[in-house]
Amino acid sequence: MYAHHPDAVTDHLSDDKLLQLYYFMRLTREFEESIITLYRQGKIVGGAFSGNGNEATAVGSAFCLNKEDYLFPMHRDLGAHLVKGQTVRNLMLQHLGRGNSPARGRDGTGHYADASLRIYGNISHLAAMIPVATGVALASKLRKEKSVVMTYIGDGGSNVGDFHESLAMCSVMKLPLVLIVENNQFAYSTPIAKQFIVERISDRALGYGIPGFTIDGTDIDEVYAVCKQAVERARRGDGPTLIESVTMRMHGHSVNDGAEYVPKKLLDDWKKKDPLLKIEKQLVDRKILSQSIKSDYERKISAEIQEAIQVAIESPYPPAENAVTGVFAD
Amino acid sequence: MAVITYIEAISKGLWEEMERDSSVFLLGEDIGEYGGAFKVTKGFFDHFGSDRVVDTVLAESAILGAATGAALVGMKPIAEMQFADFVTCGFNQLVNNSASIHYRWNLPVPMVVRLPSGAGIHGGPFHSRNPEAWFFHQPGLKLVAPSTPYDAKGLIKAAIRDPNPVLYFEHKRLYRHVKGEVPDNDYVVEIGKGDVKRQGNDITVVAYGSTVHLALEAAEILERQDGVSVEVVDLRSLMPLDKELIISSVKKTGKVLITHEDTVTGGIGGEIAALIAEFAFESLDAPIKRVGAIDIPTPFAPTLEEYFLPNKEKVLAALRELAAY
Repeated sequence: MYAHHPDAVTDHLSDDKLLQLYYFMRLTREFEESIITLYRQGKIVGGAFSGNGNEATAVGSAFCLNKEDYLFPMHRDLGAHLVKGQTVRNLMLQHLGRGNSPARGRDGTGHYADASLRIYGNISHLAAMIPVATGVALASKLRKEKSVVMTYIGDGGSNVGDFHESLAMCSVMKLPLVLIVENNQFAYSTPIAKQFIVERISDRALGYGIPGFTIDGTDIDEVYAVCKQAVERARRGDGPTLIESVTMRMHGHSVNDGAEYVPKKLLDDWKKKDPLLKIEKQLVDRKILSQSIKSDYERKISAEIQEAIQVAIESPYPPAENAVTGVFAD
Repeated sequence: MAVITYIEAISKGLWEEMERDSSVFLLGEDIGEYGGAFKVTKGFFDHFGSDRVVDTVLAESAILGAATGAALVGMKPIAEMQFADFVTCGFNQLVNNSASIHYRWNLPVPMVVRLPSGAGIHGGPFHSRNPEAWFFHQPGLKLVAPSTPYDAKGLIKAAIRDPNPVLYFEHKRLYRHVKGEVPDNDYVVEIGKGDVKRQGNDITVVAYGSTVHLALEAAEILERQDGVSVEVVDLRSLMPLDKELIISSVKKTGKVLITHEDTVTGGIGGEIAALIAEFAFESLDAPIKRVGAIDIPTPFAPTLEEYFLPNKEKVLAALRELAAY
């Protein structure tokens, strides 16, 4: 429990919701592991990232959104894409850069947009999507819609000017934005001690006169409860909220990074807080995750991923001559 | 047809498009209640209200990113940079987000960025820039730079209706110094089409923005004093460039001077020279010449600024060299 925690989370998620969240978290974990395997097999041409340790944050936050809300996820938020309705198959096609992927091979990983699902991916320049998300929040306000925009950044990215400019704009205009900082202890190899000296990143909310909360990003109940409050606040027209979700990046920055700089003890401590194990324990304690449901989920997830891999591998890259089309809209 | 100033033409174009399409809105610093640093949007706030004329915090990257986001979901934002110089603070948004979204995501980004540009108003190094060349190099952005009130109104309307990010370079010194006939009715100047502002047979001048006026003045003098006939091609659009117009004029005259107010090295004139060398080489009777600002930061003192900028005398001297070649 952290200093800026809003209230003790007492209203626990319903059995049904908790099971759904578990499914998405498990799917996220398995999908990302399959991506790492595909990378090692040389089937993924670019980089690959893992959100291992971040599943509760990505899944629990996006679970608070409606169909009409907008999602601007980051590269550790694969689970958020899935919760918002993206298919495993499309995400696999994205990672393999195929011609029938949402970005048609013009960009990879989560760097796609799906306007029908209101998902707009990130670019590699960290924090650069926060102003764009701000613009969508502005459009929502000007058009008097009730749509909320949720976006994410890392501990490292919270130092980029775009983070601060966006909070300045959103706070003054009371725009419906929820900004989640995934503090996963490292910006590539740089530990948080070299990035900020405030006690908590959420302290920065004070400078913008908006609520700032720090939550345990491995605790699904807490993630859901606090994000839900922030979404409701935004929907009421009361403006943005900054949420610092404390997690751990259990893998390297990307698959190319062995992360030898991470102390073993730190990893061991966080392993005990594995968000997937935590939610499983909750489900078992509440006697809602039987062995048969668990096996059923595992079978379903595995089949979905295997099917997606097969489709993606069999799908061709875009024809080379397609490269020149579509620089401008007609 | 009314005779109005260049700045009035921009305001009229904006006003008409805002009346015409409720998804068009303005955002920027001091543009609302104050009416803008140059008063381009004077009276807009009272007429259209705070939801259409949005005063923002002083944060160019947030302004340009927000314009991109609003455009992404179907609005037509027009972002004002108070001075074109300050666009550097939001450079990343334009070149990485706005410019690449349609190519990567197949989604239109119908936004306009207004950039009050140019020197000659004693603005010093940070209120005088002509930053078009930085963006010329980035695929995915359209660039326009009107020189007359007629083109200013027609191009702002075309920019607003275009489904792509359009950077609209409006020259501050032309704001109140240039007047011209502007129809009251609705018309657009097509983006990508240049305009022959003066017909001639002996030398072509390719210009845009403020140097169109220098070229026209120099051409008159040359005709009168030297009997040399100069054609002035006003590009109006920098991206896409009207290659056909440039090449056909050079093929006719065989000699060409390219002039812009931006500094010469790495300026758009270099690309135009390359196009001419590539596609009209055999028509050339003289080396391609360029006149632009000299390659130094924009200096402040009047003597220095005058020395730095292209002017009528420099254009005239270059034309006489070409005529004598």
